[in-house]
Amino acid sequence: MKSQSPDPGPFGVMVHKEIADHVRSWRFSILIALIVLTFIAAMYVSLTNIKSAIGNTKDPDHLFLYLKLLTTTDNSIPPFHVFLSFLAPLLGISLGFDAVNSEQNSGTLTRLMAQPIYRDNLLLAKFVSALVIVSGLFFALALLMIGGGLVLTGVRMEPQELLRILGFIVITIAYVAFWLSLSIMLSILFKQAATSALTTIGIWLFFTIFYQIVINLIVKSFLPDPAYLSQAEIISYNDLILNLQRIAPNQLYSDAVTTLLMPSVRSLGPVTMEQMAGAIPAPLPFKESVMIVWPQVSGLMASTVGCFAFAYYFFMRREIRS
Amino acid sequence: MKDPIIQLKGLTKQYGAVKAVDGLNLDIDKGEIFGLLGPNGAGKTTTILMMLGLTDPTSGTAFVCGHNATSSPIQVKKKVGYMPDSVGFYDNMTALENLVYIGRLNGIPENELKKRSAEVLEVVGLAADQHKKTSAFSRGMKQRLGLADVLIKNPEVIILDEPTLGIDPTGVRDFLALIKQLSRQQGLTVLLSSHHLHHVQQVCDRVGIFVNGQLLAQGDIGALSAQLFGIDSHVTSIKTAQPVPQPWQLEPELQAWEAITQINIHENELEFTSRRDITAALVRFLVEKGYDVIGVNQKNYGLDDIYQKYFESNSIKKNKL
Repeated sequence: MKSQSPDPGPFGVMVHKEIADHVRSWRFSILIALIVLTFIAAMYVSLTNIKSAIGNTKDPDHLFLYLKLLTTTDNSIPPFHVFLSFLAPLLGISLGFDAVNSEQNSGTLTRLMAQPIYRDNLLLAKFVSALVIVSGLFFALALLMIGGGLVLTGVRMEPQELLRILGFIVITIAYVAFWLSLSIMLSILFKQAATSALTTIGIWLFFTIFYQIVINLIVKSFLPDPAYLSQAEIISYNDLILNLQRIAPNQLYSDAVTTLLMPSVRSLGPVTMEQMAGAIPAPLPFKESVMIVWPQVSGLMASTVGCFAFAYYFFMRREIRS
Repeated sequence: MKDPIIQLKGLTKQYGAVKAVDGLNLDIDKGEIFGLLGPNGAGKTTTILMMLGLTDPTSGTAFVCGHNATSSPIQVKKKVGYMPDSVGFYDNMTALENLVYIGRLNGIPENELKKRSAEVLEVVGLAADQHKKTSAFSRGMKQRLGLADVLIKNPEVIILDEPTLGIDPTGVRDFLALIKQLSRQQGLTVLLSSHHLHHVQQVCDRVGIFVNGQLLAQGDIGALSAQLFGIDSHVTSIKTAQPVPQPWQLEPELQAWEAITQINIHENELEFTSRRDITAALVRFLVEKGYDVIGVNQKNYGLDDIYQKYFESNSIKKNKL
């Protein structure tokens, strides 16, 4: 059997080995356990509250059972997608922070680079292998949730719901990919794994906790008293704050997944009375929701590609010695 | 045979204001063992990295196996096995797994891989330890595994950077013998760098002395000493049973020999510096004159002296500046 399989080439060999390394590592097992536990807790809470959520006819989304499963909570713990907005970066960081520098420190990088392989293949293999694992994990969780929901409730699933859940998974993977490529880049820049880990965690903490505070402080310092402003001015200030906040990747992520998982969300910014006039509070079709989050998704992808390009640039012409 | 397998032309590497390698020209022929000898920081590793395309030369070219190492490193790396000075392995994998991984990266087909890695492990003498994790390996074992790593891809050229560093003397001897044997049996070209003279002296056909980025001299050890100490490089010291009187009535007679350039006498020790090897003639002469010769020592210049000499001349040069 084995001899008949086509030659995977050095890239395939490296991805294979990296995946095996990740799967066997303690670090990854702990993170998986963390995410699975969060998932179970979130599911438990949403299942106990699903009845009231579905029965709430004032909510235009109340008929989307599977989306409700992902988003309902009784406020004792945040819903799964909010959990993910801070666990996913941790997953990306932990899979990438020592990608290159640990190999360099243990002397295996020189040995590897002396083999007939392209340098970019190494970076790509590190990136792809971690992404394959993360994708596997999230798809498995989503499918488990869908299957579990089917068994427990017996409710038929709307095709739209499936698309939205898959979209949520794809965006989550893109979000992990961003942190992964950022941490791989820093693992090239810093010689010590600890330094690169701390730097990425620092960036993550900054964006999740401090960034909003900083933006609010800065805007407040020059924002005039709202009582003296016209409505148009208030909206323009509001837009400014929102756009500044969207520099943070976690903001992009939560905007995107909220829109996808709650079909009645029609805009991510403030909406004027004129725009609302005549609108019926009803769920949007999947395509319209995707249109709303498209800028967010492309922003995430762009920053991922940007980080990866920088990583590539730093690594390609670098002298490899132990 | 005449076509050199490694050709370095005007190879230069500059780090800021420091020239790590300065206009290096070097040809290494197929099948020879070449020793790159120099102190730490002489630029040996940098030169090797440039040969493999792991770092770009500031100027000059490195051709290895007919490929330019800077522009087509993949072609070069297919034919060259390189063992870095501090070779590292994936600690969570066994020796065999580490080796198989490298074999796969080199595109060795899966069905040959088992046989090949077993063979190579046998050659380097690690067959018994192949299922041990490399984290439990000693320095010498790692070095052997490093060599196995190099051999599994069937290279034409082996480049070893400080292969004897940190191994005990028996380990060094075995390791060097192994390299020599491999080179002779399989016609491999070996380039090894070291700052340890005796190791290089044991195995190398040719030696290049490399100091401060410049290749000061190259050739076999005899040629090097001739190049360095001039033609009067034969020194014979003879010990006699009884002290030689001062002044010695035979001295003028010996001075008249055209081969002898210098005679030094310390009590019962006579030291002759000559243009040719005249040891036999000297002993015969002394015996005929009634001296009891109790010891004859022919002094050959080893690498130690050569090395020393180069450092002397180098430091003199520096002082002049």
